[in-house]
Amino acid sequence: MRRNRILLAMMAAAAGGDLALAQPREAPYAARPKVEARDGAGVYRAMCQGCHMPDGRGAAGAAAYPSLANNPKLAVAGYPLALVLKGQRAMPAVGAFLDDEQVAAVVGFIRTHFGNDYREAVAAADVGAMR
Amino acid sequence: MREANAPESPRTRRDLLAMIGTVAGAAVMYEAMTSLGHAAQSTYRGPIRLEGDARGASVLILGAGLTGLVAAIELRKAGYKVEVLEYQNRAGGRCWTIRGGDTYTELGGATQRCAFDRGLYFNPGPWRIPYNHSAILDYCRRYGVALEPFVQVNHNAWLHNTHAFGGKPQRFREVQADFIGHTSELLAKVARQDRLDGEVTRDDREALLAALQRWGALDRDYAYRESLLTSERRGFARDPGGGPDGAPKLAGPLDMRELMRSGLWRYLANGMLYEFQTTMFQPVGGMDMIAQALFHALGPEVVRFGRKVTEIGQSESGVTVAHVDARQGGEPLTSGADWCLCTIPLTVLSQTKMAVGPRMRAAIDAISYDASAKVGLQFRRRFWEEDEAIFGGVSYTDLPISQISYPSSGFLSGGKGVLLGAYPYGGVHAYELTALPPEERVRRAVEWGAQLHPRQYREEFETGISVGWHRVPWALGCAGHWTGALRDEHYADLCAMDGRLLLAGEHASHLPAWQEGAILSSLDAVSRLHRRVVGG
Repeated sequence: MRRNRILLAMMAAAAGGDLALAQPREAPYAARPKVEARDGAGVYRAMCQGCHMPDGRGAAGAAAYPSLANNPKLAVAGYPLALVLKGQRAMPAVGAFLDDEQVAAVVGFIRTHFGNDYREAVAAADVGAMR
Repeated sequence: MREANAPESPRTRRDLLAMIGTVAGAAVMYEAMTSLGHAAQSTYRGPIRLEGDARGASVLILGAGLTGLVAAIELRKAGYKVEVLEYQNRAGGRCWTIRGGDTYTELGGATQRCAFDRGLYFNPGPWRIPYNHSAILDYCRRYGVALEPFVQVNHNAWLHNTHAFGGKPQRFREVQADFIGHTSELLAKVARQDRLDGEVTRDDREALLAALQRWGALDRDYAYRESLLTSERRGFARDPGGGPDGAPKLAGPLDMRELMRSGLWRYLANGMLYEFQTTMFQPVGGMDMIAQALFHALGPEVVRFGRKVTEIGQSESGVTVAHVDARQGGEPLTSGADWCLCTIPLTVLSQTKMAVGPRMRAAIDAISYDASAKVGLQFRRRFWEEDEAIFGGVSYTDLPISQISYPSSGFLSGGKGVLLGAYPYGGVHAYELTALPPEERVRRAVEWGAQLHPRQYREEFETGISVGWHRVPWALGCAGHWTGALRDEHYADLCAMDGRLLLAGEHASHLPAWQEGAILSSLDAVSRLHRRVVGG
């Protein structure tokens, strides 16, 4: 339903966040804010640690954010990649706010930090293919 | 409509209206329409009437937010036995106000103690009520919640783009007058050159030009330029005064190219949105005055606080809900009832064991929640009013704070004031702000806001508090994120009754993130439940 997308866009516009500017020299009014960081650690700080926390251990209240620390589910890169791009349950599809290289970087970051040691890198092309 | 000489015995209200229209004229017909409730746009139809015998049936309500409170009140009135389980130790859910002395612990463990002065407050969740949200306004009326105007649009507030006009904020009124003026001048130019071709007739063209002249404050040559005419829209370099030296000083328009490229015009439309149009309201003293009024009307004994639901079971004869102490955990208790109305956020439900069919399960699992964060800042004095003549309303910026909203009450009261120092919604900035430690959100909100109010932000700031909604332990997000595709695929399944259970809340409405959505969803769910019970 188109109306809903419009409504959401309007709400975001009313809140002022969604349509704000990043690169004014090229068509400022069309730009959306982007995550500035290019490296995995920086993207993690911006988009992930709000829920998964700075130490990657998640948190629990009425429900829980899963811990990424020592997490064998990260062994297969496609799993975190799919979650970042498509979301799952409460997790939003945060990949929508990132370009392919940023997604590859952040997936690489969580697979090699917080006690994880899965070193084969994810290529930006793989990200594009899964979008 | 039927023809004017319709048969004498009207069968439908429409027929009746057609007859009234024919016989008595349009004014009388309009009066008849409003009294029959047809001119009102809201789907709210006035106080709910649950007629018929509930036969002592019991309903277990999960969640004491507005959805749960309204349902509990109405079901009790209709004769149901009602028990409400609530995770927190307070009623209201996202209808929430933080005042001086309150403490708040977010996920991750950081605790903030609000140090606001007495009488000052901050609404981390909903903070304004549109005039067309008839259901919540009616509950305010019925339960004695005092309302006051909420200022949404303020012509003297700032519009700010860090990359335009040298980073200097521009007045809303100047951007609005100049944007309308410049675009009107352009359109008038095209119209006068007869380049609108077949779009307008010759007569219509004259009307169009007259309209553009009036709408855009154009002079007799259809130009938008510095003049008394345009200053009466955009304001003056020096306002008119008294005596021999009282002549106003005019202020010229902003450069059209720079204005267009600035993107500042995007904010002009916010106040045109149906849900942000004048008049908006807020409860006097904080949004949670609504929750408190409903909670007291319900009766405090109906709600069991501090209970975390761990499993929702159902059979052909009833529902069974297991719940543990929300802080300590431990052995579960069980509550049973004939029916269950579950208002728990979907972020939490997607991790809760539930005896529901695959379609409702899929719908619950499909919805993530938007990110959003707010920061409340207390200043030593109300400088926005005293120094800048900004009384309520919103300044918008491309900075991560997105907006600064000035309080809509206590004008020129001389003391301190709390403003909303950041409110990004749904985008990158909302995630980034949430991801910071609470005191860092406050520190940065002050730093960023100082680009709009440089001197006063640095000199007058005292204390602040922040809430990032994905860190709220009982919500894990701001509000249900629906897209058109998700709604097509899952909305009906989310709302459908599953055995003896049904869901309600803003997430089960077409007004996501609005309290009106929560209440309309609640009333709809209660009505359907009651029909099922009475129907046998």
